Amino acid sequence: MDAQSLIARRIAQELRDGMLVNLGIGIPTLVANFVPEGIHVFFQSENGLIGTGPVPEPGMVLPWLTDAGGKPVTALPGACAFDSAMSFGLIRGGHLDITVLGGLQVDQRGLLANWMVPGKMVPGMGGAMDLVAGAKRVIVAMQHTAKGRPKIVRECALPLTSNRPVDLVVTELAVIGFPDGQATLLETQEGVAVEDVIATTEAELAFAPELTKPTLPRAASGAASFPPVGDAK
Amino acid sequence: MRTIKLEDAVAMIPIGATLMVGGFMGVGTPEPLVDELVRQQKGDLTVIANDTAAPGIGIGKLITARLLRRVIVSHIGLNPDTQQQMLAGELQVDLVPQGTLAERIRAGGFGLGGILTATGIGTIAEEGKQKIAVDGRDYLLEPALRAHFALVHAFIADYLGNLQYALTARNFNPLMAMAADTVIVQAENIVPVGVVAPDHVVTPAPVVDYLIAKG
Repeated sequence: MDAQSLIARRIAQELRDGMLVNLGIGIPTLVANFVPEGIHVFFQSENGLIGTGPVPEPGMVLPWLTDAGGKPVTALPGACAFDSAMSFGLIRGGHLDITVLGGLQVDQRGLLANWMVPGKMVPGMGGAMDLVAGAKRVIVAMQHTAKGRPKIVRECALPLTSNRPVDLVVTELAVIGFPDGQATLLETQEGVAVEDVIATTEAELAFAPELTKPTLPRAASGAASFPPVGDAK
Repeated sequence: MRTIKLEDAVAMIPIGATLMVGGFMGVGTPEPLVDELVRQQKGDLTVIANDTAAPGIGIGKLITARLLRRVIVSHIGLNPDTQQQMLAGELQVDLVPQGTLAERIRAGGFGLGGILTATGIGTIAEEGKQKIAVDGRDYLLEPALRAHFALVHAFIADYLGNLQYALTARNFNPLMAMAADTVIVQAENIVPVGVVAPDHVVTPAPVVDYLIAKG
């Protein structure tokens, strides 16, 4: 299974019957492919729909039925449509059980940066700031590193999305939570050693009690000296 | 409400006006009005909208035609032209979190001075904004937004101007229909009064000023 699907499949295990869930663009979208059997989840698209369905058959595209990226979708039985104030009322008002978003960096305390790289990529925050500020649970779906550099860092160099810490980060290597404001390795993905996670993580990790303790001392993990994010290349 | 020809509606809009334009990545944007703005070369505009769509789509056409001085939007990521004009200093881009943008527009149309939201606290989005604590939680004071004109897309308008929207083409349209001095509507379908049941009207006719007549 490829890295993206591994991440999506693990996140799908967090879903429970009856939840209202928002999936961001990219890896988060794939979570819908792994919903456990026997449960019904309401997926919200922030452009104004609960009950987003799969891509329509050829010839069945409706120009007024799209995902948040403007791509044609379908609506499932029981779907409902609403305006942007209602959409963000659901998000900000504590009605959204889980938001799954992509990430550029997550820091030691669980603070997320996912909406801009100054001077390089300024797409705008879209709904990300509202989603992180308002959802009951925030889950970040991202690859563990970018071009070999850790994305789970001591402190985000990139502009933050919110001052509210995320609840869970799921990568192709690990599941990391932030109990008591401290990045904590909760699980490793199948076949991944704790040492592999430490070596590719810049943040200082605590370890869940049920995890096998790492044998390598922290200083020898080699994770300390990565170039800063955002330099030329 | 009056029906009006497309070209006459756009002719009312002065150069330098502030417009709200409905749509989300071009879905629910009144394309004929956008095309006519380009044809009449209405420049120096400020546009309040969710996003700047993509080149060739919706508000993207106004960007490409360089008719905009300023945009107040939540997202420009799918339009490289917007980013390029922004970096070149030719276009002012005010980025606003999407939920905050929706509520600022709603406030503008509902007679409120602004709204309090926790979105953006602790980020660069809070710069220059007043913080207000309510029951021990900090909020940003976000002022209401209004425009000279709202360009609204509806799925159905009846002869009086009662509006109904379609699925994800609704987005900011009903909010903007409340928040501008002059509201111009382009509808996919224009139907006799009574076809839209009272319970299904989303935007009440009295707020609509002009309905674009079918060509």
